[in-house]
Amino acid sequence: MSNHLLEVKKLSKYFPIKGGLFKRKVGDVKAVDQVSFYVKKGETFGLVGESGCGKSTTGRTLLRLMEPTDGQILFNGVDLATLKGETLRKARRDLQMVFQDPYASLNPQMTVEQLIEEPLNIHNIGEKVDRKDRVLQIMDTVGLNKNFGGRYPHEFSGGQRQRIGIARALALQPKLIVADEPVSALDVSIQSQVVNLMEDLQQEFGLAYVFIAHDLSVVRHISDRVGVMYLGRMAEIAPKGELYTKPAHPYTQALLSAVPVPNPRLKRERIILKGDVPSPANPPQGCAFHPRCPKAFDRCKVERPEMIHLGSEHYVACHLYD
Amino acid sequence: MKVSVELGNKKHLKKEEKHVSPFQLGFQRFLQNKMAFVGLIVLSIIVLLTVASPWLTTHNPELTDLTSQDLPPSGEHFLGTDSMGYDIYSRLVTGGRVSLVVGFCTMFFTVVIGITFGSIAGYFGGKVDSLMMRFTDLMLNFPFLVFVLFLISIFEKTTVPLLITALALTSWPTTTRLVRGIFLSLREMEYVQSAKAVGNKNFRIIFRHMMPNAIAPIIVNATLLMAQMISIEAALSFLGFGIPDPTPAWGGMLNDGMDYTVMTEKPWQWIPAGVLIVFTVLSINFIGDGLRDAFDTKSTRR
Ligand SMILES: Nc1ncnc2c1ncn2[C@@H]1O[C@H](COP(=O)(O)OP(=O)(O)OP(=O)(O)O)[C@@H](O)[C@H]1O
Ligand code: SF4
Ligand SMILES: [Mg+2]
Repeated sequence: MSNHLLEVKKLSKYFPIKGGLFKRKVGDVKAVDQVSFYVKKGETFGLVGESGCGKSTTGRTLLRLMEPTDGQILFNGVDLATLKGETLRKARRDLQMVFQDPYASLNPQMTVEQLIEEPLNIHNIGEKVDRKDRVLQIMDTVGLNKNFGGRYPHEFSGGQRQRIGIARALALQPKLIVADEPVSALDVSIQSQVVNLMEDLQQEFGLAYVFIAHDLSVVRHISDRVGVMYLGRMAEIAPKGELYTKPAHPYTQALLSAVPVPNPRLKRERIILKGDVPSPANPPQGCAFHPRCPKAFDRCKVERPEMIHLGSEHYVACHLYD
Repeated sequence: MKVSVELGNKKHLKKEEKHVSPFQLGFQRFLQNKMAFVGLIVLSIIVLLTVASPWLTTHNPELTDLTSQDLPPSGEHFLGTDSMGYDIYSRLVTGGRVSLVVGFCTMFFTVVIGITFGSIAGYFGGKVDSLMMRFTDLMLNFPFLVFVLFLISIFEKTTVPLLITALALTSWPTTTRLVRGIFLSLREMEYVQSAKAVGNKNFRIIFRHMMPNAIAPIIVNATLLMAQMISIEAALSFLGFGIPDPTPAWGGMLNDGMDYTVMTEKPWQWIPAGVLIVFTVLSINFIGDGLRDAFDTKSTRR
């Protein structure tokens, strides 16, 4: 198990719902509910699910930008969930994040140079005099014009801003980068440029990614393994090849049937799900997917399915396979 | 054959022209706003007048001359004298001190308290926040005018520090709430999350990452607050709760106009003071409005 860089065990994040006269807690939004997965050194783990299923919350909790309600986040064998204060601040160095919205993820009052140099200063990396050169080097690595160091974020396009965000994360030479929908806010023409850049960086620096996306077609290209989330829970985890050819979970099957297939001979029948995604404040009993599942049976309504190992790193949370 | 340029060398970088931050951009926009610019000029004149008053006065503004009461304007007394024998012109140029000092200091202390409490409550949230906000709410519902009048009546003589303390004590909760609201929303911004992710300490996140982005609405609020405090000081002086004689204050001079014969027959005794109060308050408000438009900060008006 030593090649597991990150191992997440039964991670939960609940947001209290406050209401009533005295702002008492009246319930929980179970944004992330007992999610487990692992990420190996240098690989890309795609995390997919519909809007609101808890992908961002999972990503942010991994870096302890949000406090986990329960569970373990083992990074290189150290449980990040238990760290406090200075130790936590220092541990974050190996674990960075690239954010979804390039227009909101860069401090508008700081220049590109300042944005990229800040992480180096904070963690005291290298000699002070060398840091300016290091910044230029990083700018070059991510494909930013080195003459633009004095510019402010508002002078850049979305794609360039996302490169700045990547440069900032890269400055600390992390082992893992959580990328929360890093290209979904960009023009389609620019999306592939940024994805390609991320792949190149992975090659060069041996990075591991948790790559979050809301549909399966985006992660198909970049991922080694994919996890599918539904309503705060992990539905299925499988190596990319397995997931796209032999999806086990009825929800994955439905999602895949909506993805356009390049080869028309492989055309699948489109599975239309009935109803809407329920609220994570009040998830259905048993399997969270049962009200919409075309294959649901009695047991699904009462018992929550555990993760079942189907062999060769393929896991599914569904009673059909028990 | 192509010539390859060594990019790793700084000497090859051409110097770009200076870039402006969004804050500087806002300031440039502000200077282009006509109303705000006029306000800035008028306020500067009033401040200069007040600062230069020792050289502008023709008589000692705090000395009565019982041999020359209620005189009309003349070469000797530019704006005449009042019923006590004070030289009105000399009192007018000096009287801005109380207004400006009270207005500025109250604003300053209010903003300092507001930023300190508001940023801590907004950034940390949770228990710290709810405890601090409960206290703030308590102070917010405190009967403001009664408190000031009470303080003033127990210290038989109102002094400038007393007035500033009383006003700042009653105005900080609103500013604290405003600052807290700004920080609460900034906290969820991705760049603040990013600041945390790269390992910034809380103190630096608050001051380096959040404050520069919160400062514009705080300045707008501070400006409008200062105008408000100057009005309140004038009103208190007018009602006789201000700084007592012989210290000159515009509000107190306006009070002389309460007398019917003075009001109708000797307008030079009170109209200039009234005009200066209005000009001061209006010019500050214009500046505040200009800042708000320039920095595009919505909903900071209370
Ligand atoms: N700070 C918060 N307080 C309360 N509820 C929250 C908070 N953040 C997220 N949630 C809730 O948690 C759930 C999961 O949110 P999350 O942002 O993780 O979803 P997501 O999968 O990233 O969706 P998207 O694709 O829209 O980004 C949502 O129902 C959301 O309303
Ligand atoms: S457990 Fe039941 S309801 Fe849930 S996905 Fe499997 S078959 Fe459908
Ligand atoms: Mg999200």
